[in-house]
Amino acid sequence: MTLDVAAFWGLAVLLIGSALSVVLTKNLFHSVLWLALSLTATAGVFLALDAEFLAAVQLLLYAGGVVTIVVFAIVTTERLIGSRMSQVSRHLVIGAILSGALLFAVLRILRGAALPVERPVIAVDVTRALGHVLMTEFVLPFELLAVLLLVGLLGALYFARPEA
Amino acid sequence: MGLNAYLTLAAVLFAIGFFGVMTRRNTVGILLGIELMLNAVNINLVAFARFNADIVGMIFTSFTIPITVAEVALGLAIVILIFRMKRTVVADHLDILKG
Repeated sequence: MTLDVAAFWGLAVLLIGSALSVVLTKNLFHSVLWLALSLTATAGVFLALDAEFLAAVQLLLYAGGVVTIVVFAIVTTERLIGSRMSQVSRHLVIGAILSGALLFAVLRILRGAALPVERPVIAVDVTRALGHVLMTEFVLPFELLAVLLLVGLLGALYFARPEA
Repeated sequence: MGLNAYLTLAAVLFAIGFFGVMTRRNTVGILLGIELMLNAVNINLVAFARFNADIVGMIFTSFTIPITVAEVALGLAIVILIFRMKRTVVADHLDILKG
């Protein structure tokens, strides 16, 4: 077994196991910690796909940022409510049937599609090329993204401001 | 591993996230399920970019990740706001839009 295959299976087991824990754990706080693990495993998948820059972004923004925000939200609301938030799930059977059907449909399409098996060689440094294309061809969406983040920041501040 | 393996992994992850969105009653739990689904989409984008040796797919991913983070920040701000008004985060109890 080559390193590539071993890395893929290791990451796949880690990712799917932690994702299942996210949706099945009773304790919401544990659920967020499992989400942090699955987001880190996703960064590993990006690394396995030679996207080092995206793996770093994934770790910084998701595993760092999102998990912090969610933990903050849980702690805030728990402090206000004065009790632990457990999360009861419902319609487990219907949910399993529907998501199973979705998975089945996608896998059926995948099996019929002619997909490449070998990775073509990328001659250039991917991170360098990403930075170059981002600053030339895609500079307008890049700037729009900055505006979006500013608006999102203002919106979040506006919604979550302290009560007067 | 071929492209098929990565797409299958992403499909399984998407289905798990979908399951979470449908079964969770807590709003924050539903958001966590959406996060899993978005991650599956990002894996798909990067896998297609790598196997087609086309960097634009990775550019797309580098846009979707910050947008998702902004979405989570806003979503949680809305959850906190709703919590202040209704004292609950259970999605079934949030029926203020009902006519």
